[in-house]
Parts: sequence; structure tokens; C-alpha cells
Amino acid sequence: MNSDISKLGVDVKWQDLTLGCTIVGRGTSASFNTGEWRVDTPKFIEEKCKQCMLCIPACPDSAIPVEDGKRLDFDFDHCKGCGICEKACPFDAIIMMKGVK
Amino acid sequence: MAIRDRLSGNEAVAVAMRQINPDVMPAYPITPSTEIPQYFTSFVANGQVDTEFVPVESEHSAMSACIGSEAAGARTITATSSCGLALMWEVLNVAASDRLPICLALVNRALSGPININCDHSDAMGARDTGWIQLFAENNQEAYDNMVQAYRIAEHPDVMLPIMVCQDGFITSHAVENITLLEDDVVKSFVGEYNPEHYLLKDGESIAYGPYAVTNYVMEARRAQMQGLRNAKQVALDVAKEFAAISGREYGFFEEYKMEDAEYAMVIIGSAAGTAKDTADQLREQGIRAGVLKIRLFRPFPAEEIAHALRNVRYLAIMDRTEDFNTNCGPLGAEIKAALFNNNYHPLTLNYCYGLGGRDVTVESLTSVFHDLMEAAETKDAGETYRYLSVRE
Amino acid sequence: MKNLIEIRWHGRGGQGAKTAALLLADVAFSTGMYVQGFPEYGPERMGAPITAYNRLSAKAIRNHSNIYEPDYVVVVDETLLDTVHVTDGLKEDGAIIINTSRSAKELLPRLRGYKGRVCTIDARRISLETLGKYFPNSPMLAAIVKVSSIMDEDIFLEEMRKSYAHKFASKPEVIEGNMKALSLALQEVQ
Repeated sequence: MNSDISKLGVDVKWQDLTLGCTIVGRGTSASFNTGEWRVDTPKFIEEKCKQCMLCIPACPDSAIPVEDGKRLDFDFDHCKGCGICEKACPFDAIIMMKGVK
Repeated sequence: MAIRDRLSGNEAVAVAMRQINPDVMPAYPITPSTEIPQYFTSFVANGQVDTEFVPVESEHSAMSACIGSEAAGARTITATSSCGLALMWEVLNVAASDRLPICLALVNRALSGPININCDHSDAMGARDTGWIQLFAENNQEAYDNMVQAYRIAEHPDVMLPIMVCQDGFITSHAVENITLLEDDVVKSFVGEYNPEHYLLKDGESIAYGPYAVTNYVMEARRAQMQGLRNAKQVALDVAKEFAAISGREYGFFEEYKMEDAEYAMVIIGSAAGTAKDTADQLREQGIRAGVLKIRLFRPFPAEEIAHALRNVRYLAIMDRTEDFNTNCGPLGAEIKAALFNNNYHPLTLNYCYGLGGRDVTVESLTSVFHDLMEAAETKDAGETYRYLSVRE
Repeated sequence: MKNLIEIRWHGRGGQGAKTAALLLADVAFSTGMYVQGFPEYGPERMGAPITAYNRLSAKAIRNHSNIYEPDYVVVVDETLLDTVHVTDGLKEDGAIIINTSRSAKELLPRLRGYKGRVCTIDARRISLETLGKYFPNSPMLAAIVKVSSIMDEDIFLEEMRKSYAHKFASKPEVIEGNMKALSLALQEVQ
């Protein structure tokens, strides 16, 4: 009964697939660099940020890390550049850079 | 000590379920399988089992609940018939591809339409390509015995696939017949505990079932799933051997009745096989070398073994209790002919559609099939190779 | 006993012909026979004609077809004689047993030329006398046992007492009435 997810990838052989394609393990999406899909990129302007945190739940990809109650810069491995955070920010602390990877 | 009893097919299956004592049973009643959850809920109410019975609002929900509970790590069982199985169709495929060893007691009944409550195999045959293991029974004894063996096959680590235990609606499900039961503790130790390696509710582990597979994965996923079914063949034989040791009753992929020297043979599934054996006996009294091959395991299909068993047969009738509308043959006809072709055997073959919607199958009607074979043998002309038995025309 | 005895029951939905066939299978089973008891299902409703069958044999039974040439036919409701061809295929060396207050001679014209034995039993009267209600099952069961001689009458009564004791565990008062119905029917069937 194969549950080893380490060989999963688009070149996996059928013998190495997990049983029923199950994924035994947690947080596996973290290793998927969806940030590569980005065509527009948000810029975080820290001095304007009031740490109101409204952008955090607005992000569909959980790409805004928070540490010790403080919002940090974007997680660009997972930010897809959708721009929702820019709309959520009441203080112009996020600006979308069009066409910037 | 074996227990001599007389039970209907539905009671027999319900007794096996009680002895297995599964963890969860989601079910929605439908004729002629209604009695199975009915008997079983009385076992639940009486405290004879500690199964969680889940009354659901449809068969689609029943199978969906089965998938949820089996993935959660619980041994799960259900029962249905006909349109109930058809409504499960979408999720039957999911249960198999998620590799969840659910057990389903199927009481074969015609699919609508015209709407009808009686036996044929259109329900099971409609689900033959969903990835489930399918076992068929001739009588109540076999329905019971197959149910006792089901989880051992389905849950085997080399298999991990759902299993359908089929019997003929009304003909066996509602007929009281003699049966020999095993004692509760014998069944319990034979079936054993279900201890999956991974499951949703496993402490300290995370697991995702049914993730989306992009094009790169689907071929490989299907190939791996097919391997599970292939493996089920050997496992079914191994389990049957162990079962024979506790019961004295032997099972294989199929049963050969007077096939050693058979010149004329009939391949058949289900309750009509018993009637076919009586037919063969009568013909043999007249000096006609008739034999019967009764299929027990239909999925996976033991093609090579069946072809081998038929290697000396010159005239063959294949009996399909369903119409699959390919207009040339039924599903069993197609499978057997493919098996014979691949193994380079070429008997004269007639394929019959019979017994739809409970159309009675008698020694007389099956004798007429053998007579058709003899006529074809004499004239060396098969004529129409796909025929209807006992149809008014 | 013969190797195989085949019985066909004719009744109306709700009268218990199916139950009677299953009871007969039960009692024959308890004397060591191989049995089959099965109903023929259609879109039945209360009062609609129904058919049920028994095969009783010293050998294992494999045939799963309906029965077309029965050794015995049991008619639980006399009015069926006018609408259902109850004697179809019935063997002439067998018998038909009819629940009726009439004589066999009176019924003969309604039996479509059947030349075998015609037996009658007034199951309604027996049932009303012994149970106070119309349950023709027990008298009809006793009648078929008597006419077919499939088992010893004392053994039959003994097995039925056990069966009733189990079935009516919660209302033992009906056991004696049913036993009396059986005894009366054994005496009265002719």
C-alpha cells in the first residue's frame, strides 16, 4: 500500500502513485511555487501600513505572513498577484505594479 | 459446528452482516433488497451489532456516506437494487478510484424501463465498468458465503477496492431455502478487524482523499487501479481456500458442472445456473454430453481461466440476463468470446438474452438452448448468433 | 415420500398464502427435508390474486424456476376458481385442496375438467371457531400436510407447537387456538 508522496510529480510512474492518489501529509501545497504564475506584483509600503490586518483575510492564497502580531512583506512564492489586497487596504500601503514579475 | 437453517437470501445476507458487525451502514431501501437494511436495523436496535446505521435520503447519498465513512477508517456496508444502484453510479466510480473497500449487497433487479421489480442483471451489468469487484451467487448459501468472504478480498493490501456481492432479486432474495451457517465467532475471526494503514481519523496524521488529478496523472491512476483488480484474482482464490477450511465449501472464479467431457456447454450467472444443472443432468440421461460453467467472479473477469475451462467445448451457449444494446451480443457474450479469441479457441457460439424482468427460466427453456446448439452442430451453421430466449414472436 | 413434491398456492394479497408456503417450508425443514418456499411477485395489492410455491425434497434442490406441473394445488380463496386457472398443469395423481364450505362435487364444474382428487376444508369456519378471527393459514397448512402425507401428523403438530411458541412468544394465548385449528383441519379435510 503506497503512501509515499515524495515521488509524486508529473513524471511519476503508475507503480509509484499513492493508493487512490491519496496525499498522506499536511501542508503539501506550501512546496508548490504558485508565485511563478504572477503577472502583476504587489508592493508593500511599510511606512504607510497601520497594521490594521484587513489585507490578511482578503488574500485568497494566504500569501501575507504575520509574525508577532505584525504583517510582514509578501510571500512571493505563493502570491499570484490578484490585487485583492490592494483593494482591501484603506491606507494605500499596497500598490499593484502592472506587468512586473 | 455448522448451523443448519432455512433462510431467504435477504435474511442470509443480513445474518452474514450481523456476524461481520461492520462499523457503519448507510442505506436507502429499495425492492427487492429492502429487507436487508430492515433486518439489519433490527440487529442494531437489539444491540446485536454496534454498527452506526445512517438513514440517508437517496442511494447517491448512501454511497457518498459510504465513501466518507470508509475514508474515515470505518468498515462500511450498504445494500441496494436496480435504480438504486443506478443512482449511485457516479459515486461508485469514486469509491473504486479512491480505493475504498466498501461492501455492497446487490439484489439484482431490472433497471427501468419499463418499470419492473423482478430479477435481471441489468443493474450489476450497468455497473460492471465502475472498478468494483463483483461476485455472483446461485443460491442463498452462496450469497451468504460470498458475503463472509467479501471484506477479506476487498481489504487485502494488494487489492483495496470496493466489492459488490450479488444475488438474484426475489428468486433467491425472497425464497426460503436450506442453508448452513457458520457460527458467529468463526465468522468474526475469519473476517477479522479492519486496520487500514491510513485513514482520515488517524491520530496525528493528515490525509487527503480524492485530489484533483491533472491529465498527467489519470492514466497512471487508472493503471494502478486496474492492477488492484488484477491482484484481486489471486486474493479471491486464497480467501476461498481459507474459507473452505472453515466451511467445507469450495469456491473459485467459476464452477464447472460436468464440464470434463462436455461437448455442449452453457455459461451462465446466478440462480438460473441451478436450473441449468438440472437441465444438463436430464440431457445426460439422454446421452447428450451437456455441461454448465457458472460464473462467480465477473469483475475482475477471469478470461484466461474461463477460456481454458472451455477449451474442449465444441458448441457453446452464453447466457446474458441483460440487454446491453450493442445489438450483437450481451456483456457476458462479449467477454467470453474475447477470452476464447485471445486464447485461440473457436467453438460454435450462440449468445442468448434471457430472463429479463423476472421472465421465468425453466428446465424446458434451457433445454431448448441445448437443442439449438445441437441443431447448429448438425447443420454446421450457427445462424443468428445473438438470440432472445422465451420471447414471444 | 417421493423424491420431490411440488406445491402451488393460490391466494389473495393479504390472506397469507405466501406466509403459509413459508410455514410449510419451515415445518418440512424441521423434519430434515430440503425445502424451497417462494412467492411470485408482481404489482400485488390487497385482494389481488397471488401465487406462492413450495418444493420439498429428500435431496438438495437446485431448480429455481416457478412450478408449472405441481403435485398439489392449494386454493386459499374459493372465489379464485372463477378467475384463475388454478388446475393448470396440476398432476392427475395429485390433488387440489380448496378452502370452501361446499362439497367437492359442487365445485367440480369450476375446476376446468380436472380429473384428480379434489379435497375441501372449511378453513373459515375452523378459523372463526378456534381463533375468533379469519386466518385461514393454519387450517390450510394442516390440510396440505394431511392430503400430501409429506410428514407424520404427530411430528407435524409437535413442530408447529414449537414454531408457534417461538412466533407468538409475546401472545401465548393464541397458541392453543392455532393448535386446535390444526387438529380440526387434520380431521376435517376430505
